[in-house]
Amino acid sequence: MSILLGRTICPGRARGQALVSEEPISFLGGVDPETGLVVDPRHPLAGCDITGRVLVFPTGKGSTVGSYVLYQLAQGGHAPAAIINARCEAIVATGAIISGIPAVDHIDITQIQSGQWLSIEEGGRVILDG
Amino acid sequence: MSGCAPDLTLDPADEACLAGACGEGARLAAQLVVALGRIYGAGDLVPVGSVQVAGVSYRNLGAAGLGFLRDWAAKGASARVPALLNPAGIDLVAWREHGIPEAFARQQLAVIEAYRRLGVTPSCTCTPYLVGNVPRYGEHLAWSESSAVALANSVLGARTNREGGPSALAAAILGKTARYGLHLDAGRRAGMVIDVTCPLRSTADFGALGYLVGRLAGDAVPLLRLRACPEELLGQPDLVRSPYLPHLKGLGAAMAASGAVALYHIAGVTPEARVQGEALVAPGATHCTIADLAPGYAALNTAGAEVDIVSIGCPHASLGELAAAADLLQGRHTRTALWITSARATIEEARRCGIAEPLERAGARLIADTCLVVAPLQHYGFHAVATNSAKLACYAPGHCGLATRYGPLEACVEAAVSGVMRDA
Repeated sequence: MSILLGRTICPGRARGQALVSEEPISFLGGVDPETGLVVDPRHPLAGCDITGRVLVFPTGKGSTVGSYVLYQLAQGGHAPAAIINARCEAIVATGAIISGIPAVDHIDITQIQSGQWLSIEEGGRVILDG
Repeated sequence: MSGCAPDLTLDPADEACLAGACGEGARLAAQLVVALGRIYGAGDLVPVGSVQVAGVSYRNLGAAGLGFLRDWAAKGASARVPALLNPAGIDLVAWREHGIPEAFARQQLAVIEAYRRLGVTPSCTCTPYLVGNVPRYGEHLAWSESSAVALANSVLGARTNREGGPSALAAAILGKTARYGLHLDAGRRAGMVIDVTCPLRSTADFGALGYLVGRLAGDAVPLLRLRACPEELLGQPDLVRSPYLPHLKGLGAAMAASGAVALYHIAGVTPEARVQGEALVAPGATHCTIADLAPGYAALNTAGAEVDIVSIGCPHASLGELAAAADLLQGRHTRTALWITSARATIEEARRCGIAEPLERAGARLIADTCLVVAPLQHYGFHAVATNSAKLACYAPGHCGLATRYGPLEACVEAAVSGVMRDA
């Protein structure tokens, strides 16, 4: 077990399996709001389902409408369990907060592998299993 | 409070809101303002005098955005400072006459109703400063729409970052925004000095200049030094009420469209430049020169000479611009569609003083609450637009699928009458 200490963007606890992207994510046009599937064919996570996963990526990008895509994912039960960023920006922060998705940033995301189980705790703590 | 970065100081009232003492809606708003404050390295929160909320057109919001607004309204969130809306996707009153599909209009009106429940006044305009909301010099604001932000910062010397839709709404509910960026003296200094050596002869020249400045500056703060600055602009104490309002409105809107400029200074003209002079230039600022506006005009003209719609009023037309268009159209008739977009209050004023009548008799359509950038324009089948707005000429090809002709108001009115706009 190891603990990474970050900064709370949206408070809350969550547990799930990591889905890690080395590339930034644009939610508008990048993720299908109705299914949670990554639909941008040029994205390394193309075809992956973010539903219920702890989504780990460096930072957000693209249109501010992406905040509402996160909200729509949450309404339809396809939101990620939590979001971990190296550096959170306004689109993802806004989307996480209006959707109630726990979010932490200032994390060295190279320490996390896809498929690994982890927990998000209070105080910006990320606890990796194993 | 868990995870609170030590660098962001909250006063007891902020802490109470964050803990839910002011209700769930206010708690969410506080959470959003605080999170964005941390992301941008703010030291504290600052009270705002007014808020202008973008994220109104159903075309951009969609069902999810509407759901979000209803959710916050249901949780009791309500604006505690004056808050106005950005343009919507339709004229809220005359949408049927404009042939807007019923289903779209219903959803748009539901968005407006949700904002009304959130305490946001449904006066949908990108020119709040023309309808009674003129910020004071140095006043902190949370405004969203890019041209309104540029005008409030640059021409009035008020202080606002370009807020996103939800962050502006959250600022209205909390009455505060995070103090970073353009709220701070350091963020307002010019990182780029641009010498403009060519003459500026018309409003269109100011728009073409704005387009070029935006391309050069990106999101930097430019200081323009106009070699041939019009006399009446220098030291003008009330720029918003001066004859140069359309010039400055178009200049800032263009910079914010071709780049992401939220504040510009003009030496000897805009308030902070007049007060601070060269002290406004940041250490290490870059320098460049604009000697020719032709590349700006070339980029803004993508259509052939024939147009099927003419658009005036991006940003929303002032009463003076409506009067000028009315003079030009007196006793004539348009061949193309001529859509003039403005704030509802400005159009009502135009009706009271007899300006609207000659415009409508000539075939112009006066449209309130909306604009071409956010309306469901694909529905009408237009191909080429002539406009006096460099901002619209920037957005129309990609966002509205229209080729563009760009020129001064006079040329646009001639294009509406003849269906043709030739090179100047």
